[in-house]
Amino acid sequence: MEQLVPVFIILPLVSAFIIPVTGRFSQNFTRGLSSIVFLILTVLCVASIGLWDRGMIIYTVGGWKPVGDIPIGIDLIFDGFSAFILGIINFIALLSSFYSIGYIKKYTSENNFYTLLCLMIAGMNGVVLSGDLFNIYVFLEIASIASYALVAFGVEKEELEASFKYQVLGGLGSLIILIGVGLVYWITGTLNIADSSNLLITKFDNKFYIVTQILFIAGFGLKAAIVPFHTWLPDAHSSAPSPISSLLSGVLIKAVGIYVLIRLFFHMFDLTYEVSLLFTLLGVLSMIVGGILAIGQSDYKRLLAYSSISQVGYIITGVGLGMLIIATGGDGSIAALAIFGGLFHLLNHAIFKSLMFMTAGVVEHSTNLRDLRMLGGLSRKMPLTTNASFAGSMSISGLPPFSGFFSKLIIIIAAFQAQYYVVGAIAALMSIITLAYFLKFHKDTFLSKARSEVRQFLPVPVTMKVPLVILGILCVVLGVFLVPQMKEIFMDPAINVIIDTDQYSEIILNVNR
Amino acid sequence: MIVYLLCFTLFLVGLYGVLTQRNLVKIVIGLSIMEISIFLFFTLIGYIQGAAAPIVVRGQVETQFVDPLPQAMVLTAIVIALATNAMLLSIAIRLYRKYKTFDIREMRSLKG
Amino acid sequence: MSEIVKTVTKIIVGVIFIYGLYIIVHGHLTPGGGFAGGAVLAGAFVLLVLAYGSPETKLKSQKEYPAIFESLSLLAFLVLASIGIGLGIKVFFNNYLPKGIVGDLVSAGNIPLYNMAIGIEVAAAMFAIILALIIYKEEARE
Repeated sequence: MEQLVPVFIILPLVSAFIIPVTGRFSQNFTRGLSSIVFLILTVLCVASIGLWDRGMIIYTVGGWKPVGDIPIGIDLIFDGFSAFILGIINFIALLSSFYSIGYIKKYTSENNFYTLLCLMIAGMNGVVLSGDLFNIYVFLEIASIASYALVAFGVEKEELEASFKYQVLGGLGSLIILIGVGLVYWITGTLNIADSSNLLITKFDNKFYIVTQILFIAGFGLKAAIVPFHTWLPDAHSSAPSPISSLLSGVLIKAVGIYVLIRLFFHMFDLTYEVSLLFTLLGVLSMIVGGILAIGQSDYKRLLAYSSISQVGYIITGVGLGMLIIATGGDGSIAALAIFGGLFHLLNHAIFKSLMFMTAGVVEHSTNLRDLRMLGGLSRKMPLTTNASFAGSMSISGLPPFSGFFSKLIIIIAAFQAQYYVVGAIAALMSIITLAYFLKFHKDTFLSKARSEVRQFLPVPVTMKVPLVILGILCVVLGVFLVPQMKEIFMDPAINVIIDTDQYSEIILNVNR
Repeated sequence: MIVYLLCFTLFLVGLYGVLTQRNLVKIVIGLSIMEISIFLFFTLIGYIQGAAAPIVVRGQVETQFVDPLPQAMVLTAIVIALATNAMLLSIAIRLYRKYKTFDIREMRSLKG
Repeated sequence: MSEIVKTVTKIIVGVIFIYGLYIIVHGHLTPGGGFAGGAVLAGAFVLLVLAYGSPETKLKSQKEYPAIFESLSLLAFLVLASIGIGLGIKVFFNNYLPKGIVGDLVSAGNIPLYNMAIGIEVAAAMFAIILALIIYKEEARE
């Protein structure tokens, strides 16, 4: 297993650079290659559950062994939490690239599309694996630049405008992150997360300590579209081609935003009450603002994009509650429950938001319409899409047999157990509002009478249908992660890594010794 | 200390440009100014008064070098900034060809 | 372009080219390396295009070649780095070639090879970017 860690970065990069060369000769090879690569990586992630002994794998790139106590090379860290996120990234990437085979044919430069897709996934895998602050920045920029290009892929007015806005705000976020990295290097003289965590404990009274924390929250918050920084998300995510929207909303904001925030604030900085409170407040704010703005939307993908902001709020709230409980020295099992809720919702959101954006792509491909006021009565013509969309929207809204219900329930239970009643009540209320707008959306699009604006029903290729079926089934069956045995296998390694805030740096520095 | 303040001022100049300018290209210039201020900050972090450049040559006499790591980081960040700027400018040109202007007030196809 | 530009270009472009190559090859000894040298190389190509500009249609058909060079050199870079997984201490980016003596032109193991791959990639990429901008400008003029 140890030798396989860099494969997560090498394989997507190699396929990204093979595609422009072979694309001139064989179009079919290009189309299949990215799917095959992501299939291999997904299998590797699932296999890692059996292959690897649940410890932390520390891979020193270039073989730069530490000198004395100080790690000098770049580390790749593969532990329970990164394995969890890597699994989600590569699984959604597999389905998206398979879906693209049918969808992207209408655009001209297919090769560029697959190259950028592979680059974006390579960047995300790198961010998740990296144990070095500057390396995180570099991979984050690879993923971001690829995503800027992919948002503008349609080169129409809306796409270009959305991409420009996304680039200016995303670039601002990256620069803020870069200043934060510089300040950490200034304070501690190291870029390794574990090492700087060890050194930052003694520098607690440094006047730049809090500035660094705020810079990281602002920078990665911009990437994760937490509420005061969310304005780019609805434009960018609704303008991108549908398989890319599903990757951006389902994975990118989590891998480069939420994952890094959790990693840095649990493992690098000491958890403080103020920062935890700020996290929870931002989460609750995202939840409310995203939900309320989603109600008035009449564009299919814009509605989904606003709902993404709201659901990311749930994830941040769950994790923030866990932080609050740990920071105030509360019951560890409740903190574990809150973080379990957050991570489970992260997984669920990746599944159902990808599903929803893919159904949006199917509807757009088939009828060439995106305006909810013009759509209607699609259920008779597209039964499969209707059922998939129903499963997805009910899962987002949190109705019982679907997986979204359980993750929201866990977050709300954790909030009540930790006696943050207001947070729990708001989460429950926003769930009802979510149900309201998704019911309206579902009625408008699929159930009401057919309208005259819907003129054409192009046939949908089978490659676009298969991901819908897989994701729709997952929406129903993912509730099994609540069964203790399943939770132990899939979720507990990730939760344990997050909860043990000191263990991360201890293991790395000891192994390095 | 004053040099760090100058860096910060330069950063604010760039931020002012990004926030107030209405021209796409001027926004890109503002972003570049911010990038450059951060590169300056990074080089200052590693700077030691009177130390030599961190290059190993035959028969050298200096014993003290400036910190090479921030310089390596700046070089990497410059490459990334090049990619970002090229991307931004190409999008700006495409926008110009759609709207026949660089003024962002004219570009309103996205709502709410 | 005017005759003066063409003549000066004819004289100076070779010098620029050699200078770029020098910076790339000496990347492990002196300041510079793949990125800086590649940018100089791209400058030489751009100078040629600007001075002896071809019609837009011809430029468009040539646009593919830099992209292929870029991909191939990056592939070479990745393959060089990945071979390290199988040799010596068996890690990615392992410097498995003999290191030589500090200060020699042929020393530092893999680093000069990485520099060359990066140099070709940067030259191709920057040339492609500027070529694309030139094509945009030509199209807008019509």
